[in-house]
Amino acid sequence: MKAEFVDALRRAVGDNGLLVEPEQLRTYECDGLTNFRVVPAAVVLPSDATQVQEVVRLCHRGRVPFVARGSGTGLSGGALPVDGGIVISLARLNRILEVDFENARVTVEPGVINAQVTQRVAARGYFFAPDPSSQQVCTVGGNVAENSGGAHCLKYGFTVTHVLGLEVILPDGSLVHLGGKTLDRPGYDLTGVFVGSEGTLGIATKIVLRVVKRPEAIKTLIAAFDSTDEAGEAVSRVIAEGIVPAAVEMMDRLALEAAEAAVHAGYPDCEALLLVEVDGPAAEVASSMERVKDLCASCGAWEMRLSETEEERALVWKGRKAAFAAMGRISPNYIVQDGVIPRTALALVLRDIERLSREAGLRVANVFHAGDGNLHPLVLYDRKIEGQEHRAEELAFDILKLCVDAGGSITGEHGVGREKRDIMPTMFAEPDLETMQLVRCAFDPEGLANPEKIFPRPRLCAEKPGPYKPHPLEVAGVAELF
Amino acid sequence: MSAHLQTQWEGIVAIAGAEHVRAASPSDAVDDVEPRAVVEPESAADLARVLSYAGERGLSVAPRGGGTKLGWGNTPRTVDLALSTRRLGSIVEHAWGDMTATVGAGCTVDHFQSVLAEHGQRLAVDPLWPARATVGGILATNDSGALRMAFGSLRDQVIGVTVALADGTIAKSGGRVVKNVAGYDLPKLLTGSLGTLGVICEATFRLYPLPREERTLSFSTPAVDVMNRFVLAVLDSPLVATGLQVCAEERTPAPVIYVRLEGAREANESQERRLVELGRDTGVRRVDAPPRVWKAREGVWQGERPALVCKFSVLPTRLGGFCDLAREVASSLSLEWSIVAQALGVGLLRLEGGDEERLVAALKRLRGEVEKTQGSLVALHCPPAVKARVDVWGEVGDALPLMRRVKVQFDPAGILNPGRFVGGI
Repeated sequence: MKAEFVDALRRAVGDNGLLVEPEQLRTYECDGLTNFRVVPAAVVLPSDATQVQEVVRLCHRGRVPFVARGSGTGLSGGALPVDGGIVISLARLNRILEVDFENARVTVEPGVINAQVTQRVAARGYFFAPDPSSQQVCTVGGNVAENSGGAHCLKYGFTVTHVLGLEVILPDGSLVHLGGKTLDRPGYDLTGVFVGSEGTLGIATKIVLRVVKRPEAIKTLIAAFDSTDEAGEAVSRVIAEGIVPAAVEMMDRLALEAAEAAVHAGYPDCEALLLVEVDGPAAEVASSMERVKDLCASCGAWEMRLSETEEERALVWKGRKAAFAAMGRISPNYIVQDGVIPRTALALVLRDIERLSREAGLRVANVFHAGDGNLHPLVLYDRKIEGQEHRAEELAFDILKLCVDAGGSITGEHGVGREKRDIMPTMFAEPDLETMQLVRCAFDPEGLANPEKIFPRPRLCAEKPGPYKPHPLEVAGVAELF
Repeated sequence: MSAHLQTQWEGIVAIAGAEHVRAASPSDAVDDVEPRAVVEPESAADLARVLSYAGERGLSVAPRGGGTKLGWGNTPRTVDLALSTRRLGSIVEHAWGDMTATVGAGCTVDHFQSVLAEHGQRLAVDPLWPARATVGGILATNDSGALRMAFGSLRDQVIGVTVALADGTIAKSGGRVVKNVAGYDLPKLLTGSLGTLGVICEATFRLYPLPREERTLSFSTPAVDVMNRFVLAVLDSPLVATGLQVCAEERTPAPVIYVRLEGAREANESQERRLVELGRDTGVRRVDAPPRVWKAREGVWQGERPALVCKFSVLPTRLGGFCDLAREVASSLSLEWSIVAQALGVGLLRLEGGDEERLVAALKRLRGEVEKTQGSLVALHCPPAVKARVDVWGEVGDALPLMRRVKVQFDPAGILNPGRFVGGI
């Protein structure tokens, strides 16, 4: 990296906003997915949107690729730096700018932590619905990049459902506003396509969020089953009954063992545990939960516990949310995967996962958002044993292929990032990927924003100025807005 | 017909079949622009071939479904072909166990709903004229109704699309599972794009169960500010309504509010009691609900006289203010007005009883005020003379150049609905 460029960065963000020492840079060499590592040429920590814009302008002028980063909790290598590029950390843009309770809107900077949004509005009975397991540390900007889900998106939707507007620095350094505080702004829904674009279309510097009124009642049931098949059947029957739970989670024996060792949630000793949460008006919740219990019992649940207090509920969830990290208790290393299947294929896919696991000689623990078919198989291995890491990676991808074959997806909430880039063609044909990249070409024709992510091959963007023809109104000088 | 035209006609006939290409009639016109031919291909592949053929020859194309909203948008610069999705109307799959369904763009909303209902499910949107409106059409125009209150709009329910681009490429985006973040979310980009980026051929939706029981409560309000207070109180309460609609008009002194509850009977009864209490606390009075209140959006379109029908979007706190503004503007220009709005701040306004001059003046004044507070006002329907003088969309903001770049990438020759969208796109 040229010294003049580094000097220009320093002028843009100040001495305390620039990291160039190798030890400092190494902190940024990977995100939550640690088997890909690239040390960036520099890291900048701008303190406001103007500084972000100045940095992006410099990158554009010098054709230096950049990767935006929140807390670095991503699990697909989405914040993996690019060789020779810089990392733009949004950690210092951490202000909650406006809270408008009457309209249920909150405007934040991208570095605000997910859980802080809920903390800020909780006293008035509101919450921010997307709740990835990392919500105590992950940023809203990161949630926007990944279109994060969480356990409750079955009912409440994903991050995109809760983002109404964005201020974005485009990869050429220009600033645009997408969407806004009101619904259905005229024009293309660029907010909808920006959310989940994994940092490849620009950097959001302001985010208008919708917050949701906390339901009057919440009931959480755990039910123990002798097999994942039985638990899966219970989920199907609940859904077929016309009940939309707030969350339905399933853990298999191995996942339960790890979670129990980590947080002592007091889960029953069983082959499959179902966690069903129902929320809403008290009378509706009471009626739905009775039916859920009956249906679980009819599918073979031999122990059911309803959380009676907020503390009990918190403990039940703590075990579930700690499940990934808990794997460290039962295995030296593990890979978290993130496949999605149509819910009805659950039993079939689980049997295939078991078969693949046996063939590979590696254990697989299963944690699912069972309500929406989002599987998180955890492939356990020991890096110190020659060849095991490679086998584990292969097994993880084979499981994702199973998901695609069953009509599902290679990622439900973790993103494609660097990790799954090369298996995108298992899910999409060439014209599909080329068409998606038309969007990229409109936003970032030079491919500077988080390159080498999502798409196995970048599309060459035609530099056509476009045969833009003036509208007759424009010609007539009528439409002052054109 | 000139020899040149004859050749083009034959080319399209060769793709779609003679019985599915016909000369256009005045009823096929988009505003006053009449296409030369109407083509109804039988498959996405044929539709894409027609597009590719048109693209190579620079023929402009207006995609259409049921034709219920052909007048939306600016007047197109040209229309050579009306490209109908009518024959892409099959229901590809209803995966009821997974609560998803894949359907051809030409399927009418009512037919789709009737098939879903066989398994107690529904697409949780209630757009205008569902007997004729097609799935592709409601997506392209982003027409959601009152159910949006509880289930979000179309963008929240469409999970996958197959689209034919202007160059004949057929591409898929999204998928058949509800939760999926692989690649860019083109279903959202296409929703509301008015056929300017591609022709939606097929779409997959997440579904919801039909309600076990539903009931509607009506409240009359003594004044606009009381109406707004009640609406905000409901939004700020833990009550869950699947519709919260405000109707106001010239002839009645103050707005009427409709609330729809869905769920188990005992839950609805309990919610109903609390709503009535909340009403008492805010000063609104329960009255009998007239029938068909959830079709009130369609009522805004009915009338013989030349009218301006606008979609407005304001913050929920400004609903009352917007009603006052509409009354004031209409009264100063001697126009009659009526409003059907959803509590989330989105609604329809009808203005009539005046000449072109006054309708244009009303639109400009209303839009000026609404845009000051980050709202928008789009003219969905108006007399041709009005349309010739205004931009139906209004302020788009600083993202317009970016939107133009998106358009150029998807449709470089600009053959799809040229000029109908924002900023002359």
